[in-house]
Amino acid sequence: MTLRNLIAELDLRVFAEGRDLDRKIAGGYASDLLSDVMGHAQQDTLWITLQNHLNVVAVASLKDLAGIILVHGQDPAPEVLQKAVEEGIALLGTPDPTFETCARISLILSRDEEDSR
Amino acid sequence: MEYSYTISGGDFTHAGEASSHLKRILKSLNLDPVLIRRTVVALYEAEVNVVAHAWNGKVMVDISPDEIVIVVKDAGPGIEDIERAMQKGYSTASPTVREMGFGAGMGLFNMKSNSDSLEIKSDPGVGTEVRIVNKIS
Ligand SMILES: Nc1ncnc2c1ncn2[C@@H]1O[C@H](COP(=O)(O)OP(=O)(O)O)[C@@H](O)[C@H]1O
Ligand SMILES: [Mg+2]
Repeated sequence: MTLRNLIAELDLRVFAEGRDLDRKIAGGYASDLLSDVMGHAQQDTLWITLQNHLNVVAVASLKDLAGIILVHGQDPAPEVLQKAVEEGIALLGTPDPTFETCARISLILSRDEEDSR
Repeated sequence: MEYSYTISGGDFTHAGEASSHLKRILKSLNLDPVLIRRTVVALYEAEVNVVAHAWNGKVMVDISPDEIVIVVKDAGPGIEDIERAMQKGYSTASPTVREMGFGAGMGLFNMKSNSDSLEIKSDPGVGTEVRIVNKIS
């Protein structure tokens, strides 16, 4: 599953496209604790969070994550958006809360995996 | 090659800039991506600790052909009981800092698991010095 396809399937808002919309998504990680993401998120996964400040972009960039999904219909803070563009990080949004977002992504990713078998 | 950076306590806007800069350097040296990630995660946690817990600090990075040595030295309250601070979940972070998603008490643990060698020296009331070494294989 590519970032582009997932955005289309989930009808996500795209605040910043990131460096490569055709990059593959390895999975997801949901957390609002930065050190948790630092310690446990794997590269190329999408980070689902409600944190909306500059350090989120730094963490996603340092960990080589596939992108950030801001939940609860938040618009990114202006400095967050600017930094995401600078760092080439995909910054996406959904009106849904975390649980529903994760459930939908999980379903899409597992279907995609079955199809490719 | 040597690089140095300064860190201001309380300045979350610029937290992580040394890590981001170091990442670009390590990438340009074509080092193993896993080594790069481990190194910048360890440095990021050290940077954030200065911002969250100390007054000001300095990062010194020395890259030689066989290792990356990072020293983060701060002026700050220091750590009374380092062993206790190392435990997952232990944190003295303020409520404001926690609201931002910091202060989970996992930073020192992450530093340890993302470095080949981690040494912490602290002088309560004066400051803390963290030394991180990662081997280049
Ligand atoms: N540079 C530092 N100066 C003073 N205290 C520190 C420093 N680094 C860590 N500490 C102490 O160790 C605790 C644990 O640190 P850490 O594992 O990074 O968790 P957190 O930063 O989330 O609280 C901190 O809450 C703080 O009490
Ligand atoms: Mg910390």
